Amino acid sequence: MFWQLVANGLVTGSVIAIAAVGVSLVYGILRLVNFAYGDFMAFGALAAYAFNGPLGLGMIPATLLGMLATAVLSLVLDLVLWRPLRARRAGFMSLFLASIGLALVLRQVLLLAYGPQPQAYNVNQYKVYVIGSVRLSEPQLITILGAAAAIGAIGVFLSRSTVGRTMRALADDRSLAAIAGIDVGRVITYTWLLSGLLAGLAGVFAGLVQSSFDPNFGFQLLLPVFAAVVLGGIGSAYGALAGGLVLGLAMELSTWQSLFGGVNPVYKPVVAFAILAAALMVRPQGLFGRARVV
Amino acid sequence: MSVLASGSFWAFVGVVAGIYTILALGLQLQFGFTGLLNFGQVAFMAIGAYGMAILVVKEHWSTWLAAPLGVLAAGAAGLLLGLPALRLRSDYFAIVTIAFSEIVRYVATNEDSLTGGSQGTIALGNVGVAAQYNGEWVRFQATVQRWLGLSSKDVTMLVIVWAAAIVLLVLVWLAVRTPWGRVLRAIREDEDAAASLGKNVLAYKLQVLAIGSALAGIAGCFYAWQFYYFSPDDFQPLLTFFAWMIVILGGLGRVWAVPVGAVVFGFLFAGTRFLDFPPLSYLSGADRAYVRLIVIGLVIIGLVLVRPQGILGKRDEMVLE
Repeated sequence: MFWQLVANGLVTGSVIAIAAVGVSLVYGILRLVNFAYGDFMAFGALAAYAFNGPLGLGMIPATLLGMLATAVLSLVLDLVLWRPLRARRAGFMSLFLASIGLALVLRQVLLLAYGPQPQAYNVNQYKVYVIGSVRLSEPQLITILGAAAAIGAIGVFLSRSTVGRTMRALADDRSLAAIAGIDVGRVITYTWLLSGLLAGLAGVFAGLVQSSFDPNFGFQLLLPVFAAVVLGGIGSAYGALAGGLVLGLAMELSTWQSLFGGVNPVYKPVVAFAILAAALMVRPQGLFGRARVV
Repeated sequence: MSVLASGSFWAFVGVVAGIYTILALGLQLQFGFTGLLNFGQVAFMAIGAYGMAILVVKEHWSTWLAAPLGVLAAGAAGLLLGLPALRLRSDYFAIVTIAFSEIVRYVATNEDSLTGGSQGTIALGNVGVAAQYNGEWVRFQATVQRWLGLSSKDVTMLVIVWAAAIVLLVLVWLAVRTPWGRVLRAIREDEDAAASLGKNVLAYKLQVLAIGSALAGIAGCFYAWQFYYFSPDDFQPLLTFFAWMIVILGGLGRVWAVPVGAVVFGFLFAGTRFLDFPPLSYLSGADRAYVRLIVIGLVIIGLVLVRPQGILGKRDEMVLE
């Protein structure tokens, strides 16, 4: 049972981690807490569904096209919404509220397009792989392998590639990075692109794991994702990865029967926040965040 | 279009605007005057409403004792949340308050024995008995209606809710004029400066959080009385965002901007029901509900882009940053 919960935790955690990196990068570079990110994820999941279900493409091309569609959405929104707000030097509050408005609009547009009924990908839900004492369904296995590859790729991208390193430099200290000759505008475009791709990927994985999903499901995913971002220290991409995995494991393991009888599974998101609250009491700046230096 | 001419429909719009006024007044005090980013306002509304209903149905308390206790519980919850959460940076605080409101909703949905669960207050009492928490309130409303010689229950509710809202508005308006209110503005402008003058910033913030939460609790009680029944689904985060929109629509840092924002919002929200000209009339009722929320979302974005100081806001005092 323990190892099964660890495996489930890795599945949940890697989905949260991928999304948390997307939120964290945008926060670090643009100081924007993107409340619409859950709906970006739902957009990606449903776009991939359109290619996979009605159009009958395989899961891999459908996922890639869903990611691409989300990235395009992300870039278009930067052009029509975030860029004008940046030009006005809008602060935290304006950006946050605008993202709330955007979340409303996006979710309702998805509801208009797809209706409120749950959708499911065309994969074999009932095929089970047994590894030792762990049983994984096909969607879970796809998610765990795909997410491991994606997390590895994100890590390499952020630490080795020029664009990834400039992104982290910008998140660290924007004016210093600008003085060092980094083209801030271009990095922002790349950030939205990457954040959109990650939203699409996380959305598809979340849709796979949940087996069925509707346009509202993005918002339910958003809170654990925010918890992971804050746990890792807002703006720290590696922290977000670690925070996501820690929370995923903690959420699943909290239901373990041998642990004081386990928590009722409906309270898994509450567990995520209890851990966050406890961690913030000890380190108000998050696990990987730096203490504020005035 | 006959609904447009119906007095009870517009009385209903007015009642909802009054309830939102009280809810948003708490946010105005917290954000407009003190700069606190509370995004969990709906949780305190839920605590007020559930506190009142549970005490009436399960403990057989009088409504006139249960309602103040529900409001007190909402205020106390604000304090309890603030004690740990106010140590955080403001952006972290915003996220933690949203999370708190979702946790309250989760608990209300899943603790059937306490709240009736997802079935709502109807399941508060014994199995097979539809629970009612508003018997005393309905009698009170009928008495008021007789006294004032009003034509209908809806108009009576309108009068009661707005009377309460105006009393609360006056109280807050007076409070922010005192030295206490000036300290709040000082905290909003520069926390460190206020602290360096010997003001206990955390204590002021806790007071404001508790008062704002109690106001939400009052709004929750009126909500419960207006609708006779409620369930955890009535307390979605969307409601918090409506309240934020009202505060920003009206103008930040102005007490009397809140009712203006609430009335404009009420008419906007109700008005979108009448978007039934082509091509919108080809949509089904459910689809038109989506369009309404799209309009609300676009108004929020538009406000942020075009008029960050709201309708009555003073640009030089407080602008959304």
